[in-house]
Amino acid sequence: MKKLKIILGVGLLAVAGYFTVAADHIDAPAVMGGSSDITDYFAFQGQDNNNIVFVANVQGLLAPGSATSSATFDENVMIEFNIDTNADAVEDLVIQAVPRDGKMYFFGPYQPNSTGISSTIKSEALATSVNISQYGGAAAISNSSVSGIKAFAGPRDDPFFFDFAQYSEIIAGNATSFNNPGSDTFAGTNVMSIVVEVPKALLGGSGSINTWVESKRK
Amino acid sequence: MKSIKILLTATCLSVFLFNCSEDDVNDRNFATSPEGEPIEQFDGTYTLEDQMARPAINTVFVNSGSKDTFNTTLPADMGSAFQSSFEAKLLALNPGYTTNALGLDAATFTTVLATDVLTVSLDGTTTFFDGTNVLTGRTLADDVINVELLLIFGGPMGADNPGLTNDNVDANDKPFLNSFPYLASPW
Repeated sequence: MKKLKIILGVGLLAVAGYFTVAADHIDAPAVMGGSSDITDYFAFQGQDNNNIVFVANVQGLLAPGSATSSATFDENVMIEFNIDTNADAVEDLVIQAVPRDGKMYFFGPYQPNSTGISSTIKSEALATSVNISQYGGAAAISNSSVSGIKAFAGPRDDPFFFDFAQYSEIIAGNATSFNNPGSDTFAGTNVMSIVVEVPKALLGGSGSINTWVESKRK
Repeated sequence: MKSIKILLTATCLSVFLFNCSEDDVNDRNFATSPEGEPIEQFDGTYTLEDQMARPAINTVFVNSGSKDTFNTTLPADMGSAFQSSFEAKLLALNPGYTTNALGLDAATFTTVLATDVLTVSLDGTTTFFDGTNVLTGRTLADDVINVELLLIFGGPMGADNPGLTNDNVDANDKPFLNSFPYLASPW
């Protein structure tokens, strides 16, 4: 059974590596399958309607078992949540997540020292930290009473769903339509996930924001 | 009594020294805990490698030779750099494209897509599309692929190319949680 899972996992990676189509999984040669490869991004109102939740996933298509248990966040890679509050597609606020010695540290939301390609960390902006959750263990959650920010970092089920194998067949000219029922190519795979829930008051309070997530390497 | 004084002086001195050293470490960009203790050093410059906002934009609309470039182009510069190639890609995917269910012609639709940011409402419902609200966020359960397929292939009424507008995978393979951290535990 375990062997079958491993074979399925390897087969999935081979298919995925060939077609490179997904939410953002393995989207480009330079980051494909590496520690900075963002697979997906979500932003939504939290269970508490006063909060917004940001979810960034990296390192997709992890098979259950050893592939997931050995996956780690790269200490040289920052995940930066960019927030534009005045509709010019330039970040006015950032939330930076950086792993160090088994913990994920969260800075912000704060106005960054500079915008764009390069980032530094303003250490005074530290908002919270959380133990990186272990595969097979309970989810470790931090809930800062000072900043009102909740945080999680660790392996999770990949929340993305898509019959990406059949889409690839259509794009390749081998099929003319989707199947019914379809088959979720991402079923049974895991990602490394960072979840941070932030009071709306720290993001401008009302109106709309534009947001995107970046991985940046030291 | 004298020994108490000495003790107090020593305590004050150590507090003073501790504060001095704390200032020193802050100068070297250590983060400090709420209790004021130095934790870790976070020096250095971090450089962009990957980015995303709306799902599947790079994978669907960016040509194979430009995917790394897209990942390292700032959102404010994406429109001028990628709109025309996005429009060509849209018309290659769907040569019959006129407008879509949002009423956007090819140039307007790809102008929206090329600046890859996710708009999120702070005033209420957040969803990619729920039948009423459009692009006010993205929840875990949103069937974003069907929305994008519909906008690419579905035509002005969403009725064109029915075999291409629904992948018939409508939900995740594990239920999401109602509370933080929302994502399901790993397999």
